[in-house]
This record gives sequence, structure tokens and C-alpha cells, in this order.
Amino acid sequence: MPPRDSVRRRTEARLAGSGDADDGEARATAPQGPRHRLIGFGRGIWRQLTSMRTALILLFLLALASLPGALLPQWHLNQAKTAQYKLDHPTLGPILDKLGFFDVFASPWYSAIYLLLAISLVGCLTPRTVEFARQWRAKPVATPRNLARLPHHATVTVDGDPHQVAKRIQDSLRHRGIGGWRNTVREETGQAGTGGSTASPAAPVVVTVSAERGYLREVGNLLFHFSVLGLLAAMAVGSLFGYSGSLLVTAGNGFCSSAPVNYDNFRPGRMVDGTDMAPFCVDVTAFHADYTVDGMARSFDAELRVQSGSDVGSSRWIDHVLHVNDPLRIAGQRLYLLGHGYVPEFSVRYPDGSERRYSAPFQPTDSMFTSQGVVKITDPPGYTGAAARTHQLAIVGIFAPSGVVNGGVLSSAYPDLLAPAVAVEVYQGDLGLDSGQPQNVFTLDNEQVDKGLLVSQGRANLTVGQTFKLDDGTVITFTGANQYVSLQTSYDPAQGWALVFAIALVVGLLGSLTIKRRRVWYRVRAADPAGPTLGANGTAHPRSVVQVGGLARTDQAGYGAEFDSLVALAGAGAEQHDVAEHVDGAGGAGVGVGDNARSVDAAGIGPGRTKGE
Amino acid sequence: MDANLSGLSDLAFEGAAAGYLMALVCHAVETASRRARRVEPAAATAGVPIGSAAAALGGASAGAVGSTAVLAPPLSGSGQPAPVRPARVPFGERFGRAAVLVTAIGFACHVLALVFRGLAAQRPPWGNMYEFTLMITGAAVASWLIVLWRAKARLMGIYVMTPIVVLVFLAGTVLYTRSAPLLPVLNSYWLIIHVAAISLSSGVLMLSGLASAAYLVRDRHDRRVAAAGSAGGDAPAGVVTRLPSLDKLDRIAYRSAIAAFPFYTFAIMAGAMWAEVAWGSYWSWDPKETVALVSWVVYAGYLHARATAGWRGRPAAWISVVGLATIIFNLFFVNMVISGLHSYAGLN
Repeated sequence: MPPRDSVRRRTEARLAGSGDADDGEARATAPQGPRHRLIGFGRGIWRQLTSMRTALILLFLLALASLPGALLPQWHLNQAKTAQYKLDHPTLGPILDKLGFFDVFASPWYSAIYLLLAISLVGCLTPRTVEFARQWRAKPVATPRNLARLPHHATVTVDGDPHQVAKRIQDSLRHRGIGGWRNTVREETGQAGTGGSTASPAAPVVVTVSAERGYLREVGNLLFHFSVLGLLAAMAVGSLFGYSGSLLVTAGNGFCSSAPVNYDNFRPGRMVDGTDMAPFCVDVTAFHADYTVDGMARSFDAELRVQSGSDVGSSRWIDHVLHVNDPLRIAGQRLYLLGHGYVPEFSVRYPDGSERRYSAPFQPTDSMFTSQGVVKITDPPGYTGAAARTHQLAIVGIFAPSGVVNGGVLSSAYPDLLAPAVAVEVYQGDLGLDSGQPQNVFTLDNEQVDKGLLVSQGRANLTVGQTFKLDDGTVITFTGANQYVSLQTSYDPAQGWALVFAIALVVGLLGSLTIKRRRVWYRVRAADPAGPTLGANGTAHPRSVVQVGGLARTDQAGYGAEFDSLVALAGAGAEQHDVAEHVDGAGGAGVGVGDNARSVDAAGIGPGRTKGE
Repeated sequence: MDANLSGLSDLAFEGAAAGYLMALVCHAVETASRRARRVEPAAATAGVPIGSAAAALGGASAGAVGSTAVLAPPLSGSGQPAPVRPARVPFGERFGRAAVLVTAIGFACHVLALVFRGLAAQRPPWGNMYEFTLMITGAAVASWLIVLWRAKARLMGIYVMTPIVVLVFLAGTVLYTRSAPLLPVLNSYWLIIHVAAISLSSGVLMLSGLASAAYLVRDRHDRRVAAAGSAGGDAPAGVVTRLPSLDKLDRIAYRSAIAAFPFYTFAIMAGAMWAEVAWGSYWSWDPKETVALVSWVVYAGYLHARATAGWRGRPAAWISVVGLATIIFNLFFVNMVISGLHSYAGLN
């Protein structure tokens, strides 16, 4: 945003010694021993880091460094996909992994870029804030000697003596709306007008009015940049102290959020050890989904009963219906309904005559909820010790809520439970769960199959009530299906702050882009050196010549019309001559004159070049 | 689902596509005729009949217009060779004016297409890739019409209408999806806020990037002319000679960028607030989010660069074009190739 640059440049100019004799640059180059050289070096680094050029380069580095985070699979988004990518790229994968390309946003290089950017911002904002505070207290800058050289200028002759005219201008400026013109009146002595041609021995009074508006632009600009810093800080706090955990809950079951172990997948922030989690307990009593005839989901919701705080462990429950897009905010945490799926149910009658029921959540693979998964039975009754382990069962396969068999392949034609069916393969043997290696709940450990420790007992397509008989006399019956919901708990202590900073950021941005900084100067002197003396007799009207100069410090376009109205403030009876607006192009010159504005600004007073390049 | 309304929407879409295509052709004819007019004096002295070649070119283009035209009354009778009487509106300019008119008609159809689409499904018409692309191109055309009205930059037309026509045709062919209700996760008032804001602001940013692209073309041309001039050769006459001035192109790019940037910022934040209620975290580095942030950072860089000595002009324009590239990339590549939380394209 434009002013930032000007201040940076000014800061640099100050450091570079253009105005100040005793400054960093001078010391840095002066050979005064290692300590000074070190300080000089430090100052040099600091100046580099806080320069606009560096900030821009860091911005582009940030953009560039973010791209692998979007293009490559990321551990935190999709572990399975990332692992697969690593397998598919055996040489490149591990290298990328080591360099942090699969976890870009937590990698040291990414952090380094945004930390440097934050430091650069602080280094830029601090002097700017000081500078702005100074400007805020200071009066509008004195009137340049030659107003005719400004981009906008006009000369009018009006009624009244210079002091009256100045007063009138000042009053009118004061009434021009909020964020209006700050102005000051000065009296010039010892010279007669400008241009020197109309010099008069009487040295008449010359009154000037300097006015400036648009200070809020810089306020907005600073607010924006500080909000960016605040937002970065809030995100950092959130990622350090926040956590999230997700799990699948079958309808009729529940869970408590008291410990990370209660989740299927827990993602703690760096400072979270899982000991201090505010507990709440949830029972999923029912799940409903509604579909269009095409099988598109229209809505889904889960009926819950919930207890939190001191209610945990008691019999007091609160009923709640959890919807998508509408989390339950409870005990400082949020509980989300993210998805759903089916839990096929089987009953198994063992050779010893005992019968047991088993079920497991299956993972949906398409929008019609054709799902895959495995029911793992680790403790078949009737066996003990090593025999139990070699008689473990696995029912692997596909579940379809509305099953259709096409060419021997089962798939689902509709997402609702209309005609549940499974296509399963049953394995018997050692599931390998005792090895201590974590297993995917949706798939079988193929290594065990390859080793011959798990042996297929045959395949079957079953509808509800149909059975499959194993050689050893075990009978497996498909009894139907339940539903599960995929829930997530999130905790982020700083997200309220993130919202505050985000709103401030937008407000600041709007202010810094829409508020325009304008300057206008009036130089008023008596129209005719003889005039005022006549006026004192009360017989004639004193007249004053008003020279007006205008400068758009930002966003030149649109100042033309406003400048005309500012000229009109000089007063009644105006007789205008020499109106010229040095504006190239119909809409006004954004670039060229903006540049002038800054060069004028940098010089403090005095007009810069007129009419840009 | 109202099949009649949905059919009307499709019809209006075809009208919009036809209008934009015609506008593009008219812009091309105007540009080509300007080029011919510029070359003519030199050709006359050299005795080469370039003028007739250009007239043939103009005639061929007009023929192309005739074959695709459905609603082009302003074109009828204007496909004649260059005017004889100098007092009349020049041949090329008439095509230019026609281009503006058909763009406006196309835009009206475009708006109708979206309105009928929304009425048919009884929801905001930005729930899948097809509708989203219509929103973005609609915003781009709307801002282009504003630029036409305020800045008189008609000769930039082919640079704006070419990508618009490409996008609209992609929308109508590859991305087309039947009118349907929303997925539950999209069924939120945040859809109205976030998606509308992001698509409209992206459309305006797109125009900004196109103006910067035209800036770069013009700048390159100007430098070539300067080089040729200093070498004593003839200035190469190209299509770009009649592009608006560098200053004007820069202003169009900057103005549309500062108009869209706060809006785009707000859209990203509205998305974050939606993510907070839908996905469990306000920011989860989903590919779409990440690339949106990249676009934001690039445009922030553009606005800073444009105010920094040594970065104005060409470098800033390049940054703006990179920003345009990231927006297009986010729209197509991320939606269609990379899967993520934003995979609602309705294409699979």
C-alpha cells in the first residue's frame, strides 16, 4: 500500500544519512573497531530485512513455498495418500519427506519465511507508527512557495480581505464531513506574493491556509498490517495449544473426550500432552439421512445425548441433534458431524455351539455407499492359548446398502438401506494383531495372508439372513446393518482472537484502500495593494487574490472535481482565472502524480516536480 | 427441480456464449482494421496492396460473424469494405461498438442464465463448477463493461474476451452439470456469502490480470518500436499498436485489483468461518485454501510493488499476471485434479 513505501524510503533515507550527520551509515562505514563494525553490520542487516524489496521477496517466497503444500500430499491431510506417494516414488519420496515437503506448513523453512516476514513487518511498522504519531500531532505542512507548480492549481479573485477569506476557507473546510480537513492558518511576511513580479513596497499581508485530510488511511494501513501480525500470532497459538481428535461412533454407542486414547485419531498441538482435556461425554442415539431419488444426500443429522462439566458420570444428559455445518459447542470444545457410513452386522455360530454377534464400520468408497472393510474376530470361543490365535476369523469384503450384483461384482445402487447385501471372503488363522503394529481397521494385514498364516475359507454373496458355512462347521450369518457417524472434536484457544484480527484486517484494508489523502493550500493576498486602504474607509469592497494548489498524496483520480469545490470554498464573487489542472489523461494520473506526492512529502515542504514523467 | 426453468437457463447460457463469441469476433475485426489503417500509408508508398488484403481479412471475419450470428442486428450491412466518405463512422469502429453492444446483450443473458438456474434449483446458483465458472466469468464481464463505460478501453477487448469465451465454452461443455440440489455440507448460508464473494472477486481480479497482460504486450511492443526507431528501421506495425496507453492499462489493472482485493480477503475469511463450522478448523491447509492464500499473497505483493520504486510498471504487471495464473490454477487444476475438502465440483 502506497504510504508504506514512502515511509520505508524515508526511514532508509534517514538511515542512509541524507539528512542526519550522526547516523548509522556513517558509523557503519567508519573504521572504528570491531564492536562498531559489528553494530554497523547488524544495522545493515536490519535495514536490508526491513526494506520493501526484502519484504516483497519474502512475500513471493511465502507464496512459492506454500505451493508444494497444495500440490504434494500432506501427512496432516491424508496419511494414506502420503504414504502411498512415498511408496510410488522410492527415491524422491524419502528425500522430500526428510526435507519436510509432506508437512510444508510445519517445516522449518516455511516457518523461517513467515517469521522473517513478521520481523520485517515489525521493523517497518515501528518507525511508521512513530512517524504517523508525529504527523498526527503536527500541523499541516506549510504552503509551498509556488502553488502553480502543483498538479492542481487555480487562482481566483474573491471578496474580502485576506484574513476574512482565510477565516472563511477555514470554516468551510471544518464543515466538510467526517475525517475532514485538518488545517492551519499562517501569515507570510517579508515577501510579496509569488513569482516576484508584483513586488510592492507596501509588503501587503499574505495569509496561507494549509489543509490535509485522509489521515485515517494510514490508520487503516497500520491496522491492516498489525492485524496480519495478530492473525499470525493467533494461528501460532492455535497450532501450539489446540488439538483435534476424530473417531467413528456406531449408533447406540458413545464416547468421552477425557483422554486422547478415546479417539481413533488424535492430533495434538505441540504444547498439548493430553492430560488437561475438559471432558464431555456423548451418546449417539440415532442417525438419519435423507436422500434424493438420484441418491444425492439431502441432509443428515445425528441424535445425541450429551453431558459435560460436573454432569459427567452422572445420569443427567442433554439431548441434542447434531447437523452438518452446525457444530455443538461444549466445554470450550467443538463437536462436529463430519460423515457417516454403515456397520454390517454378523452373527457367528462356532463349532462348540456358542453364538456371538460381530460388527465393524466399513469405509464408503462411492457416493452410493458401496463400502469396504473387515470384521476381525480375535477371540473365537472354544479355543485357548495358541489355538485361539490360529482360529481367529476375518470377514473381509464389500457392503452395499442397496445391493446390486453386476457380473458377479456387488455394488450399491442407492445410499439408503433398502436391500443390504455383502460380498465377503472369510479368512481363518492369525490376524497378526499381537505383533504390536497398528493396523488399519478397514483392511486386512496382507502380510499375514502372504505368509500363509491367514487362509481363505471361501467367498460368498449374502443378503440379510443368508449364511456361509466354513469347513470346520462355523456358520456366519449376515444379520443386517447399523450406521456409524464420523465425529470430530476440535479445540483452539485462540480462534476468537483470530476472528477479531481477521475483521480488523479487512476493516484496515478497506480504510487503507478507499480513504484518499489530499492536501490543499490557499495563499491569499490583497487583490490590489491600494485596495485595502480604500476598504478601510468603508466605501469599497476589499478584494483578495487566492491561489489554490492541490496535491493528491494517493489515488490521484477523482481529485479534479473535488479540487474545483475546494477552490469554490474561497468564497463568493469569485472571478476565476488561470485554472489549470496538470492531469494527464481523463481519469487522472495514478502513477506519476502519486510519485510526486511522495517526493513532495519526502522533502517536507515545497512542491516537487509538477506533471509527472 | 424445475425442468422448464433449467431449460431456460441453458438457453440463456447459449445466448451469453453466442454474444461473447460475437463480441470477440467484432473486437478482432476492429483491431485488424485499425492495423490495416495504420499500415496503409506506408503500403501505398511502397506500392504493396496491403489495403486490399486487409479488406479481404475484414470480409472474412465478417463472414465468420454471419455464420455464427443469431441476434446481431447491428452487424447487418456493416460487412462492407472500408467507408468511402470520411465523415461516416470508420468501418472498424462500427465493429467495436457492435462488440460492446453484443457483450452487453451476452451479459444480460448471462445474468438470466444464473437467475433461472437459481430459480430452478431454488438455491443460490453457485453450487458446482459450472455455476461457479459462470459466476466468475459474469463478474469479469461486468467489471469489463464498467471499464468500457468509464475508461474507454475498448481496444483491449480481444485480450478480455478471448479468455472469457474460452472459459464460458469450457463451462458449457466440460463443466456442465445438471441443475440439482446441494450436498448437505454445502447447504449453509455461508455458501451464499463465501462462494458469491470468492467468485465475484476472482472475476474482477481476473480482469485486473488481463489488463496487466495487455500492459505487458503493449510494453514489449513499445520497447521494440523504440529499439527499431533507434536502429533506424521501420516501426513494426502490430495488432497491439492500438491498445490503450500503458498508463491506462496500469490504472485499469490497479483499480480493479484494489476494488477486488478487500472483497477477496473477506471471501477467504468467510471461507475460514465456514470451515470452522463445517470442517472442524478455520484453517486446515486444504489445497484450495492454500492456493487461495497464495493468490492473496501475490496480489498483496502486487499492491505493494506498485507503490515501490523500482517495482512499478513491468515488474508489478508481471506479479499481477502471476496472480491471474494462480486464480485460474485454483479454479481448474485444484478443483479437478487435486482432491481435497473443496471437492464439490460435481464432476465425478
